[in-house]
Amino acid sequence: MEKLIFDKSVHNRKGYSLPKSEVDININDIIDKKFLRKEELKFPEVSELDVMRHFIALSHLNHFIEKGFYPLGSCTMKYNPKLHESIVSSQLFSDIHPHQTLDTVQGILEIMYELQNDLTEISGMAQTTLQPVAGAHGEFTGLKIIKAYHKAKGNHHKNVIIFPDSAHGTNPASVTLAGMKVVEISSDEKGMVDLEALKKVVCENTAGFMLTNPNTLGLFETQIEEISKIIHSVDGLMYMDGANMNALLGLVKPGHIGFDVMHYNLHKTLSTPHGGGGPGSGAVSVREDLVKFLPYPLVDFNTAPLCKGDLGEDEDCAGYFFLNSDHKDTSIGKIHSFHGNFAINVRAWIYIKTLGGKGLREVSENAIINANYIRKKLENVYLVPHNHTYCMHEFVASGNRQKEKGIKTLDIAKRLLDKGVHAPTIYFPLIVPEAIMIEPTETESKQTLDDFINAMLEINEECNTNPDLVLNAPSNTPVKRVDDVKAVKDLNVRHIL
Amino acid sequence: MSYIANTDKDRQEMLDIIGVKHFNDLIANIPEKLLLKDFLKLDKPLSEIEIKKRVFSLLSKNKCLNKQNSFLGGGVYDHFVPVAVDHIVNRPEFVTAYTPYQAEVSQGTLQWIYEYQSLICELTGMEISNAGMYDGASAAAEAILMASRKNRLTKALVSETLNPVYIEVIKAYTEGVGIEILTIPMKAGVTDLEKLRDLSDDKTSCVVIQTPNFYGIIEDCFQIDECITNISENKKQKPLFITINDPISLAILNAPNEYNADIVVGEGQALGNRPYYGGPLFGFMASKMDLSRNMPGRIVGATTDIEGNRAYSLTLQAREQHIRRDKATSNICSNQALCNLAATVYMCLMGKNGLREVAELSTKNAHYLAKEITNIKGFTLAFEKPFFKEFAIKTPTEPKIIIEELHKKEFCAGIEISVKSNDKAESDKLLLIAVTEKKTKADMDNFVNALKNVITTPNSQNKDSKETLNVKKEIN
Repeated sequence: MEKLIFDKSVHNRKGYSLPKSEVDININDIIDKKFLRKEELKFPEVSELDVMRHFIALSHLNHFIEKGFYPLGSCTMKYNPKLHESIVSSQLFSDIHPHQTLDTVQGILEIMYELQNDLTEISGMAQTTLQPVAGAHGEFTGLKIIKAYHKAKGNHHKNVIIFPDSAHGTNPASVTLAGMKVVEISSDEKGMVDLEALKKVVCENTAGFMLTNPNTLGLFETQIEEISKIIHSVDGLMYMDGANMNALLGLVKPGHIGFDVMHYNLHKTLSTPHGGGGPGSGAVSVREDLVKFLPYPLVDFNTAPLCKGDLGEDEDCAGYFFLNSDHKDTSIGKIHSFHGNFAINVRAWIYIKTLGGKGLREVSENAIINANYIRKKLENVYLVPHNHTYCMHEFVASGNRQKEKGIKTLDIAKRLLDKGVHAPTIYFPLIVPEAIMIEPTETESKQTLDDFINAMLEINEECNTNPDLVLNAPSNTPVKRVDDVKAVKDLNVRHIL
Repeated sequence: MSYIANTDKDRQEMLDIIGVKHFNDLIANIPEKLLLKDFLKLDKPLSEIEIKKRVFSLLSKNKCLNKQNSFLGGGVYDHFVPVAVDHIVNRPEFVTAYTPYQAEVSQGTLQWIYEYQSLICELTGMEISNAGMYDGASAAAEAILMASRKNRLTKALVSETLNPVYIEVIKAYTEGVGIEILTIPMKAGVTDLEKLRDLSDDKTSCVVIQTPNFYGIIEDCFQIDECITNISENKKQKPLFITINDPISLAILNAPNEYNADIVVGEGQALGNRPYYGGPLFGFMASKMDLSRNMPGRIVGATTDIEGNRAYSLTLQAREQHIRRDKATSNICSNQALCNLAATVYMCLMGKNGLREVAELSTKNAHYLAKEITNIKGFTLAFEKPFFKEFAIKTPTEPKIIIEELHKKEFCAGIEISVKSNDKAESDKLLLIAVTEKKTKADMDNFVNALKNVITTPNSQNKDSKETLNVKKEIN
């Protein structure tokens, strides 16, 4: 392993340059000694080259999209176009302060306005907020909107959110944070929402239903109309977790199939990068009567001239973009200091502008073809429990057959790392034992998929011929299998400087 | 351009192997009436050349900080970012990597997070840091939830001297789970300790103080800690002390452990991240070790691999949503990792002396500017209290008029803020000015001269029909 940066520190070495102070003021004269730090900061003292070498050495220890395939189910690890990164790095984006006057940020607001509209169009809803910075942040926002809807009607008793047992862990966690109660229902034998189970739990207290569609098995919930009828019959609202939106672009609009609120994961569907865990973006779209509950402000356009008359024939007089907080009194409030992850949202906007309606539809079509192709090629060797219908953009296999030979899904996943492929999502959804959740995305070629399929088939062979190789995997990664138990037992979360 | 690799031939081969004729056969299970008939109504797709043209024509409508002499702060600051930060943070090895769940191929990300946590602990004097939160405001809200999980009490006392948007986000976060937020009034620019005493009772879970506070003033956290100790005498539990700190300030001001803070949070943007119109930002969060099980978010721990080599992995995951679901310490999953990486690289580059120099330069500049501005007739400091890099000014004309007039001369004069006054019905309007190490003496002198001119120019008092965009701007 690479040494810690702290172990490279040398007294008085320096990696920065700053101007000398031009003002004749002594800190001790302006701030009471009582408020000054007692022990000086023990930060490392390293040169710029030390820092460059250190972090580049660390970068070499990572798997990343440009290095190899990332078939992570539910995460949509598609290629992140370099064009986006290049455009966003402009100083005219980066060096804009959120408290600048509106006339200096018209270009920024125009982008936000268009993105609001485009996401609204894709969702088939009425309006979109760009404030949530992550999927779970979006869920929290959407659930608060559902709560506000019921509260506005005086229905304070409606505080139960129902979701299937295949749901992402963030769903129940967000319900708790929003101050509502969770009721989980089992999926039926086909992996779909069990309508009978749903009917049993739906009641006066039902605030809403949270569903990922396609669900986390990668299957489209074909009974969606019946589900939404049941939920709407008690004035509950339908929430769509948009994690799997990469299957629906231009094919199905969530707002047209019964959903009232949804969040996007722009870092999945709209190709913004994952950043090693973030920043993402979790825009939320809602139907017409819920717009008044959205976080404020929304970006809006005023057709009136920028200022009364004194700009003459200036083109700015065509109107201007502004931050509209007219709905502040009904809004759920603010969930971010400013306007969400603007720089991430710009990337999503570029993506939509460069693909257009037809391009987005092709994204989903190719994502679906790619997933079905892998499934077909693997289903004779790996168990695919829910194969009564074609899958959408991902599918869930099970390592149960291999487990009979003493090899767990975890071992298979770790062996894939040896073959230059990131492991699929494993042990999720919870309803499939030894789950292996595979999502190829549309940006991968048939050749990459074939390589992956071969790797999976080889591993299955190795389970018979050389099981120790799989059980002890990985063997050619920067470190061998990492001891997670020790990480908890002998908790060490910082180097003491 | 759709970045799709497969050709028509590839697709046909794949469809043949799947055993269908056409793509539509794959979605035949979806009821026909649910499927879109037409393409989405979006603009026609642009090529790389065209989108660049479009973007740069849009951007020409913006004015960036470099083109203006800006004194804007209020939560986001224009501190210096060394270019080496960009060269590391823009590497695809970091940009396009996934969350480091597969530790064996994510040691790069895991190690920098471990280093980040170590640096944040050193900066705050705390014993454990998580890998980061969405922003300073949500970190403050999560700290309150964390305190409540620890002591099972339901009242949070939040100082009125917090950034007002933090209070709004705190309310949005805590409203659902039944935590009552009580605001401790301000007195002369700082938290009113008497009111803090009056508001506290057996249910008080935590006290939340921002220092330097929204007005730039250094709160006396030693007195506040003493006050918390006093109010909890003869009570079962001492409320937890949560502080919100400017990370740059901690290079010269007290580490929060000096005044016994239990949880320390703040906005991390100032550490190596650019303003980007307010996002992405990132929140940092650190605490004493006994709160580790209640902490939200990801945490990286050092461990070994099976051969005994040093390695890192995500730890204490039993707190998190993917394991604990509705009983998790938070719903947070994705955070702002790449911003935390920028902060890590920044802290390493600046090192022990650089961060202190940044803090000192900013403070000295702020005090110089404050002195020069208050030399102008009609301008006074709103509060005569020690401040760091930001200060509030009482102005002879409404701040928004000053902001507007100076805007015409390419200055961002600051932010107009409102302060409730005890003896008056309406609130006072103040001008909040932030100064960083990037300001030269000439920048500040020019600003002072421009302010002087505004006051002497007769029409600056004239509130005619020019309700332009500049004044329509909202603070929060």
